[in-house]
Amino acid sequence: MSNFEQLLNGFGNALTPSILIYGFAGCLAGTLVGVLPGIGPALTIALLLPLTFKAPAVAMFVLFAGIYYGGMYGGSTTAILLNTPGESASVVTSLEGNKMAKRGLAGPALATAAIGSFVAGTIGTIALTFFAPIVVSVALTFGPAEYFSLMVLAAVSVTAVLGNSVVRGMTSLSLGLIIGLVGIDLQSGQPRFTFGGIMELLNGVEVVVAVVGLFAVGDALFLAWQGREKIKKTIIISPKNKWYNWMTKKDWKRSWKPWLRGSFFGFFIGALPTGGAEVPTLLSYYTEKKLSKKPEEFGKGAIEGVAGPEAANNAAAAGVLMPLLTLGIPTSATAAVLLSAFESYGIRPGPTLLTQQSNLVWTLIASLYIGNVILLILNYPLVGIWVKILKIPSQWLYVGVIIISSAGVYGAGRSSFDLALLFFFGLIGYFFRRFDFPAAPLIIGLILGPMAEQSLRQAMIIGMGEWTTFVTRPISATILFIAFVLFLSPFLINFYSKKKKTI
Amino acid sequence: MFNFFIKLLNKKISMKINRRKFMAFAGTSAAVLGMPNWALSQSKVIFDNLNIFVPAAPGGGWDGLGRAIEAASKAAGLTNSIQIENVGGAGGMVGLPKFVNDKKGQGNTIMIGGSVMVGAGITNKSPVTIKDVIPIARLTEEAGAIVVPTSGKIKNWNDFTSALKANPKAVSVAGGSAGGTDHQLLGLIIKALGGNAKDAAYVAFQGGGPANAAILGGQVSAGISGYSELEEHINSGKMKIIAVSGNTRISGVNAPTIKELGLNVVAANWRGIFAAPGVSTEQKGKIIDYITKLNTSEPWKKILVERKWTNVFLTGDAFQKALNEDIKNTEGVLKDLGLA
Repeated sequence: MSNFEQLLNGFGNALTPSILIYGFAGCLAGTLVGVLPGIGPALTIALLLPLTFKAPAVAMFVLFAGIYYGGMYGGSTTAILLNTPGESASVVTSLEGNKMAKRGLAGPALATAAIGSFVAGTIGTIALTFFAPIVVSVALTFGPAEYFSLMVLAAVSVTAVLGNSVVRGMTSLSLGLIIGLVGIDLQSGQPRFTFGGIMELLNGVEVVVAVVGLFAVGDALFLAWQGREKIKKTIIISPKNKWYNWMTKKDWKRSWKPWLRGSFFGFFIGALPTGGAEVPTLLSYYTEKKLSKKPEEFGKGAIEGVAGPEAANNAAAAGVLMPLLTLGIPTSATAAVLLSAFESYGIRPGPTLLTQQSNLVWTLIASLYIGNVILLILNYPLVGIWVKILKIPSQWLYVGVIIISSAGVYGAGRSSFDLALLFFFGLIGYFFRRFDFPAAPLIIGLILGPMAEQSLRQAMIIGMGEWTTFVTRPISATILFIAFVLFLSPFLINFYSKKKKTI
Repeated sequence: MFNFFIKLLNKKISMKINRRKFMAFAGTSAAVLGMPNWALSQSKVIFDNLNIFVPAAPGGGWDGLGRAIEAASKAAGLTNSIQIENVGGAGGMVGLPKFVNDKKGQGNTIMIGGSVMVGAGITNKSPVTIKDVIPIARLTEEAGAIVVPTSGKIKNWNDFTSALKANPKAVSVAGGSAGGTDHQLLGLIIKALGGNAKDAAYVAFQGGGPANAAILGGQVSAGISGYSELEEHINSGKMKIIAVSGNTRISGVNAPTIKELGLNVVAANWRGIFAAPGVSTEQKGKIIDYITKLNTSEPWKKILVERKWTNVFLTGDAFQKALNEDIKNTEGVLKDLGLA
């Protein structure tokens, strides 16, 4: 049977009432956990694993797929409305999204995020259906040297998120890089920056704790301080228009290209064994800022800066499923939990999964298409409800945010130390807001730093200590060349435009 | 909505959810025995309530052992209720101090541990190590496997050893965290071949996924991991197994031991249980009695076969002696690797 026939077969299995109910429940739960800061799809699926003994495999995987995709949809909501990303993959979304909300454009921001997620999810799923083996075989040619070069490229794109003051942006980024060094070094097994033996620090700083602390808790503290100083309240206007014109014609026109580009970054980098969903959102943001005809709008609420990254993190979710379904290799926390779900049904995902369990796999893939539609239907009308959150007086809203994020962080690690760390990051977040430092570079440093360091050292060990390994490997050299050109381009453009003027 | 999520979190905290999963399993195991669950549990319950402390996140090897103990003791009627607590991170070094401090003198709490914990305590120079808990029993062992990418230059054990002899730095080997059992095995092989273990081109990866991807993609010359992590890839023909590190071959696996191949290297990842400091001799005796009964029970034997775990049961003074020896050997290997 061809892939297409098997997919149709999968649709046949997935489009039964009982399976659809599981899919709907998964999408709803996924959206909710995506919205709540600190609680992600990995934790939710882990909590639901025991159900695998009660329900048939097909039903459970449809449920899990819904949660997985739903989490990516929901992550953007609080990022846009409250400047509180629920997941590290939506940090970049908050940059423009929250600025849009502050300008009274919460509706279009949420709408482009929802539709962008749908477009990217569908493109990612189509790629998963027809090109998974090809994409994965390309992904496997990426070794540590290529990852390092990719991190260099990402580092160049960090310039896009530094904000108005380069010094402040670099301070924030450096702080993130330093915090990323905390814990046991993978290549030597030695502890670093653990203050002589704080055991909880051995495992490093959880990115989600830093995200939630810096954004959610930091904002709440800032608001508390503002309240005392009687500084006028930031007014956020909600859209009053109807659902069919949340996005104007102009918004559509400005969104569709970022959706497509974001999808491409997302599903390819998501398919890499150590890709993740954060790097593609960053690359997408950088690309949109560079390609935009109105780059001055970035930092004030440009819709492209929401459309691209949101598409990227959803497509990455599909990308992560490629190595999982074709090789049985989990590349994210959620994929690892899905793997143990397979195992509890006695299925060992591996290179033979597609042939031995083709019915299950194709039903799962079909359910991803259906889940995307359900999520769009579910999330698009919710935009109208979500924006009403902004009508809640902020002191009440932020009490809720602090309670949920504290509960989420404690629940994920069961550690009171994590809770202390959350409020430590909250304090940093407060000072950042107070003195106008951007928070996003810290998170990006925290994510990119360890990845770059480890892949550099892995590549050096494999390359027998020769630095040339980065330029003699064709893919690595190409990526480095692109990074170099992009890094130089602002200087070159500057140089030539000055030259023209003098002539 | 808030209530719902707090409830969800509470559930996670008490780990009741996974109990339910295994109660179902326990039920089926009892059915296999042909005896109702309650009949068994009335006869010889040793612990009314047992706490299992797993110093690792759900899903790994220690967690698997903890949950297997839970399932088997319930099926065998040795315990009524079991709580599992996971505190993960850094080869057990985050959980271990917590166990030592919080569970002091608690006779109904056991901790899962093993060779990884021995090594992690040494490389991290942790103030709290496996010496601070009371060894109860060694239970299982899993041999390491050495694999090469099928497309690679190295095709067999001879290629591997001659390349290592020529220049260990040119033979990159992928595995888990530095200083772990995979790294130690490579160090032992290089030393046995007459080289310097510090020259090992060991590439540490975070978790089995990225390491397997690097091996499959031919990014490294070889890879070392527990056999179960590699099984699917070996069966599919994308990786070739060239040796296993145990004392004997793994049943059903066509690969020689390193010993058979002429090198005197044996290494395996053992796992066992420990009690908290401050438990009385009487309490310790009760736990040993419990685990000894568990070891001979049918549900436990069945699990060992299912998971391909080698039974290396050892308890009391014999285990203490073996553990001391393991600590001494591990210190030696890690010194050779330049990590201790």
